[in-house]
Amino acid sequence: MDLKFLDEAPTTAEREAVDSVLGPPESGWDGGTRQDTDLRYARGGHTARDQRDMLLPALHAVNDRVGWISRGALDHICRRLTVPPAEAYAVASFYAMFAMHERPRRVVHLCTDIACAAAGSSGLRDRMVERLGPPGSTEGGTTWHESPCLGMCERAPAALALQAGDPARYAVAAPAGPDDLDALAESASADGPVAPSEGNGHRPAVRTTYGADPLPGTAPEADAASAVPDAGSPDHVLLRRIGRVDPLSLDDYRAEGGYAALREALRLGPAGVLREVNDSGLVGRGGAAFPTGRKWSATAQQPDAPHYLVCNADESEPGTFKDRVLMEGDPFSLVEAMTIAGYAIGAQTGYLYIRGEYPRALRHLENALALARERDLLGTDIMGSGFSFDIEIRRGAGAYICGEETAIFGSIEGQRGEPRSKPPFPVEKGLFGKPTAVNNVETLVNVLPVLLMGGPAYAAVGTEKSTGPKLFCLSGGVRRPGLYEMPFGATLRDLVEAAGGMPEGRSIRAILLGGAAGTFVRGDELDIPLTFEGAREAGTSLGSGVVLVLDDTADLASTLVRVAAFFRDESCGQCVPCRVGTVRQEESLLRLRAGASPAQELPLLREVGQAMRDASICGLGQTAWNAVESAIDRLGLFSEDTHQTAAPGDRPATEEAR
Amino acid sequence: MVTAHAHEPFTKKATNTKRGHMRSDDLSAPLDRLTRPLVREHGELRPATWDEALDRAAAGFRQGVERHGPNSFGMLSCARATNEMNFMAQKFARVVVGTNNVDSCNRTCHAPSVAGLAAAFGSGGGTSSYTEIEDTDLIIIWGGNPRFAHPIFFQHVLKGVHRGAKLFVVDPRRTSTAEWADRWLGLNVGTDIPLAHAVGREILHAGLANETFVERATTGLDEYRELVEPWTLAAAEAETGVPAEAIREMAHAYARAERAQLCWTLGITEHHNATDNVRALINLSLLTGHVGRHGAGLNPLRGQNNVQGGGDMGAIPDRLVGFQDILDPEVRAPFERLWGRPIQGTKGKTLTQMFESMESQELRTLYVIGENPVQSEPETHKTTGRLRSLDHLVVQDIFLTRTAELADVVLPASASWCESDGTFTNSERRVQLVRKALDPPEGARDDIEIMCELANRMGQEWERPSAEDIWNEVRSLSPMHRGMSYARLAELSGIQWPCYSEDELEPSYLHSRLWSEDPEERGEPAPFGIVGHSPPVDLLDEDFPFRLTTGRRLDDYNTGVQTSGFSSPLRRGELLDLSPEDAAKLGVKDGETVRVTSRRGSVLTPVSVTEAMRPGLVFMTFHFPDQVDTQMLTIDATDPIAGTAEYKAAAVRIERVEEEARVSAAAS
Repeated sequence: MDLKFLDEAPTTAEREAVDSVLGPPESGWDGGTRQDTDLRYARGGHTARDQRDMLLPALHAVNDRVGWISRGALDHICRRLTVPPAEAYAVASFYAMFAMHERPRRVVHLCTDIACAAAGSSGLRDRMVERLGPPGSTEGGTTWHESPCLGMCERAPAALALQAGDPARYAVAAPAGPDDLDALAESASADGPVAPSEGNGHRPAVRTTYGADPLPGTAPEADAASAVPDAGSPDHVLLRRIGRVDPLSLDDYRAEGGYAALREALRLGPAGVLREVNDSGLVGRGGAAFPTGRKWSATAQQPDAPHYLVCNADESEPGTFKDRVLMEGDPFSLVEAMTIAGYAIGAQTGYLYIRGEYPRALRHLENALALARERDLLGTDIMGSGFSFDIEIRRGAGAYICGEETAIFGSIEGQRGEPRSKPPFPVEKGLFGKPTAVNNVETLVNVLPVLLMGGPAYAAVGTEKSTGPKLFCLSGGVRRPGLYEMPFGATLRDLVEAAGGMPEGRSIRAILLGGAAGTFVRGDELDIPLTFEGAREAGTSLGSGVVLVLDDTADLASTLVRVAAFFRDESCGQCVPCRVGTVRQEESLLRLRAGASPAQELPLLREVGQAMRDASICGLGQTAWNAVESAIDRLGLFSEDTHQTAAPGDRPATEEAR
Repeated sequence: MVTAHAHEPFTKKATNTKRGHMRSDDLSAPLDRLTRPLVREHGELRPATWDEALDRAAAGFRQGVERHGPNSFGMLSCARATNEMNFMAQKFARVVVGTNNVDSCNRTCHAPSVAGLAAAFGSGGGTSSYTEIEDTDLIIIWGGNPRFAHPIFFQHVLKGVHRGAKLFVVDPRRTSTAEWADRWLGLNVGTDIPLAHAVGREILHAGLANETFVERATTGLDEYRELVEPWTLAAAEAETGVPAEAIREMAHAYARAERAQLCWTLGITEHHNATDNVRALINLSLLTGHVGRHGAGLNPLRGQNNVQGGGDMGAIPDRLVGFQDILDPEVRAPFERLWGRPIQGTKGKTLTQMFESMESQELRTLYVIGENPVQSEPETHKTTGRLRSLDHLVVQDIFLTRTAELADVVLPASASWCESDGTFTNSERRVQLVRKALDPPEGARDDIEIMCELANRMGQEWERPSAEDIWNEVRSLSPMHRGMSYARLAELSGIQWPCYSEDELEPSYLHSRLWSEDPEERGEPAPFGIVGHSPPVDLLDEDFPFRLTTGRRLDDYNTGVQTSGFSSPLRRGELLDLSPEDAAKLGVKDGETVRVTSRRGSVLTPVSVTEAMRPGLVFMTFHFPDQVDTQMLTIDATDPIAGTAEYKAAAVRIERVEEEARVSAAAS
């Protein structure tokens, strides 16, 4: 420790923001005013250090209130938590959404990732440069950045504006036209009086991080249900409530069958729940497809205590938006599912780690937790069963890597979100070094039908090895992009057809399956069955369920450069193969796009890619070469005969490499 | 304590005699090793051959003994040198000269711990091991800042803390150690006994005393009960300044812990009543049974690599190797047989007594090995005067220290820890082999070799023994070292004493006997120490309203001889730590120079304003004696039992220095 605090004081607003998360300081030693009693006595030690996991929320509180984290604010946080400022700085600067230098209160995040780029985000970028100057410019009343995927691929191109204040506010433009974007790029508005969020008459409004009203002058965001083209379909299991319930109403949720699964779980007992989940054949939907029942049983059996549940809602895989739609449209189902999971694995605390770019999902979940607590569906003695469980929300701050199942622990614990070596596996030593089950949102929500239908009945849905329903995130060139639910077993063709196929005169150049970490397949491979085993046999993977269709107008070389830039940007830098490899990969792709000889570049790319795959600590580096490799081998990109010289309108390599 | 600051070439001696002036430059100047013997001629030191220097050194000692008897000789041995060297040093005093006047800087730090522990348990070492600190439930660090001063030990504390142990820190300052603590109790300087007694009283009144242990293993509980009865929580709060509730909390935490460690450092021992302080802390462990079990014990944290071993080897005036009582003829007999010379059956002079008897001309010759009393003893000018009054002063060191500058003969030695073979004994009583890694620089000689040369010139026939030969002699004379052959030390990476036989290892903690049900095995019970409160000698008044306490910083060590040669980004030179409240009252800013004056002297020093201090309390180190001679301010009131000086409590006043005065100070 040896705390050497900075010599700067927080402003009143910064102090209030921090204290609103941590409570008032106890003494002069932890950031309060020095008093006579402080000269003789101090408390601290374990109690103080055990609050380290409040570092990220405290940083958020300041960033939300004033828009950036000053030295004075950082120092105050450090005093409150007994964290050395250098360490807190290392954590704060790890995240893209925190600024350590003064900037305007309003920040526009313009998505320039694969789906949005295919939908024309480059024109929007030019418009932003014209209005606000280059990205990061702090000249005007608003600043802006190019953003990795914002998870609104079904209505690309997308932009998100976040404005610090009391409360913080946000606005979304998607699909963003020039006028929508102009509205986001207005100067930060003055803090209005806090508008009471719309309750439904008989209950007080829940205090949420983001205010209910969007930024003045911006259009209200479309309902979550608009992301589900066939919302209301009787075939839906996971999406059945989307569009049918008010996502802010617990009563609505219960009227639609909510909390029946938890009651069933409490009747079965933890062992019974584990048996049903094991019988169901449910496997993880985050990408790794690990059997959920096995993970839960292994966690439940650990003698070390306490056990933790972590819900990984850090949905950041480019092209993925399923978890956002679930959380925005049916938040209580996730709360209920987490409660059941906590019950099964013997946890009393669950952490819901949600990505920072999802303000609406955050608001809906904050509301859902508050209401569930109010009705004793969270807290002590849930439903009179004697079981106690509660959920804490932790918000990410712009770091893809924190969706990695061990990096998420570091992020929650208030450390940098760096992946850990496995073993030990999370079920043994996870969050705070204790047995932990980490599950994706979609996986958890599947537990509700497992309990309602019974494990064996659930297992009858889908194929033998891929059971149950699955969500697919369709985006790109199809007629009706959006979130689709299908039982496992449908083919890629079924899915593309469900989405209305391709518009007149367009054909499929390539389909990216599984997101940036996934692989490309060709337009003539539509018979691939969308099951884990089917995808594997076809030499690809389902990943998180991304199906991103690129039509014949797509600039594939630029898409690959964007993928490579994404990994270079998101590599945590901890291990050399990934830190160096992602840079080399991007450089080589830039040279290829500019017309370099594939005969020279491809061997280098393959060697770098193989090194990353073999030697990286975590999945990020191990998969950073997947999409590029498949584009070369499967699509034949950069092969001598199809090799195209630089497409017109390409920006200079230096800009892209920034 | 340490050998000194010897980067000045000896010819510049004259410029160094002024005291108290500022020298802000070269705080990290490289040190030049001594490689040629020096002898004094016409008042100046000049280079000499080894033969000439050894002859002069031996002749001086011989004459002193012939004219004034063996007890006019004194030996200061080195707590940083090997056990073997320390054993030979005390043997030199006892065999070559025939006196028990041998001591080391041990005296200035932990002699009270040894005295206190020996009075309670019969032997003077810490009772636990490092790994047990990691394996305990509660750690109290009382009067110490191990985060800075004992960084290795503190690693073990931190392991314990990370495993869940609670940490209480008792210290006037909110130190870096205190920042790690669950609770910090900021008592007034010199009120350790009231605080300890209040904790004891609270334990008794709350019915939390360990009755089984008290009954089996202690004596004097009734007296103790009576002693602590006046120290109610309220009375203790009034005297110590610590809130009553905090005292109660610590009492209950200590008594309720299943295992607890009580550790202390110089905040306890550098007081005029230091041994009483130690006894007051030991009482708490007796009351709760936190001693003699795995994970529960008492630990004085030693400050030098071999301060434990120096005492173990008998380089102290009242004990022979292995803590054997010099007053006991049966103990002396085997030594006399082996060494062929009777040993005086009286205690020799402690370091403090040696200095006092220089004044009375009782002590005439002094052999100083690796010590620098000019800069480590309180009241510098007094110490210098006393050393000047000697007939003959021989200093054996690796650098030309301030003490060496006063010598008649200076003998360039090897650096024990890297230039010789041998053993060290660390704070947890673990004897470890140290292997020679480097040859000494050309011209310097091994300490033991030098002593042999001198012995031979003084009528002995000493062959230069190997380190292992010396160690085997130690083993033959000291039962508690008997089982530690070099081979076994190498094999086991060190062995803790006691180790009576080559076939067995004793437990890692001491005094398990006290828990035995069998009175025979239990042996001598541990008496409660009946000790009263005695506030610091140097009283605060209107003229001297600030309490000055001293200590170390992380990147410097003692008088700086071993550390000032290395640069450190944290080093700011000497500073007076001052509370923000006092800084405001005095109108001084961080970095501004002030005059600090005690009843004995006055120095100029820059201030450092820090919240770790409270109004009325100031802090300095003694790391930079050439810049600011803190020992000009300290008092030499000493503990009557152990002879340690009250470095921790001086009364001072602080004045702003006018601009002109600063300029003239800088110019001088």
